[in-house]
Amino acid sequence: MNFILQPWPWYVSGPLIALGMFLLLLAGKTFGMSSNLRTMCSILGAGKKVKFFAFDWKAQKWNLTVVLGTIIGGFIAANLLSNNLSVAISAETISDLNALGFNSAGKAYLPTELFDVSQLSNLKTIIILAIGGILIGFGTRYAGGCTSGHAITGLSNLQLPSLIAVIGFFVGGLLMIHIIFPLIF
Amino acid sequence: MKKYLTYLSIGILIGITLFKSEAASWFRIYEMFKFQSFHMYGIIGSALFLGIIFIQIIKRKNLKSFYKEAIIIPAKEKGFYRYFIGGSIFGLGWALAGACPGPMYVLLGAGFFNILVVTAFALLGTYLYGVFKNKLPH
Repeated sequence: MNFILQPWPWYVSGPLIALGMFLLLLAGKTFGMSSNLRTMCSILGAGKKVKFFAFDWKAQKWNLTVVLGTIIGGFIAANLLSNNLSVAISAETISDLNALGFNSAGKAYLPTELFDVSQLSNLKTIIILAIGGILIGFGTRYAGGCTSGHAITGLSNLQLPSLIAVIGFFVGGLLMIHIIFPLIF
Repeated sequence: MKKYLTYLSIGILIGITLFKSEAASWFRIYEMFKFQSFHMYGIIGSALFLGIIFIQIIKRKNLKSFYKEAIIIPAKEKGFYRYFIGGSIFGLGWALAGACPGPMYVLLGAGFFNILVVTAFALLGTYLYGVFKNKLPH
């Protein structure tokens, strides 16, 4: 049982994610998480002002159910299936992060410098999380998918648009980590 | 109702896996973009390897869904700008917030409530896309 409580290696996790996608296909649906954001906008009434959100969101209830499942899954994994939440990133990564001021590197699941609840009174943290969120929401809808829809489902289905999108994910990610991070942290 | 239990169970499987794989960890995303570990590449690579096989099996064996319907994977429409520019914008956010639209919910369930700021503004970002959609190159 102990191996379940440890972090799962990539060769267990990757196949399980593929299995999730496969089961969803067998259930008649495609794996894509970012479209839920559009659905939620529609539920919140965005369809009254913007056409893009005027659609029958009830047809997306299945995907919101998947979302609910991932929330429950996160709860189970963190509370019942883990004995140590620290993430064993490489020594090199830890020292790079320490240099940027992230002293929780290697000791926590998420950087406490951004995700500790006490940080909600820190304006810089709020701005960072907010800008991150806007970029995620805008970018995924513009690109028509995120890691699940493009990098997993789209590439598995050998779709060129998904390859272009995934290259974009990396262009943006590398720019953020290598160019912008040293300026903001 | 039974269908929804299926979706819920698959969601739970995916949620547990995303958390336990540490793909929902900001630190792993940073490490990935620094090319300092194989971990994330192993996850995405092995998921992709099996995913390609699974989809080929579905197509070649003409598998039907649990509900006896044809399995259709909607093709993404052709284009370049929307995928490249949109993808890059998402990549910036993914690296900054350290979460993509799946792990966002996983982290909420795990009790990291600050992620709600990310989710709330991701809704705003999605809304802004809807507003400016017709003015953007696709």
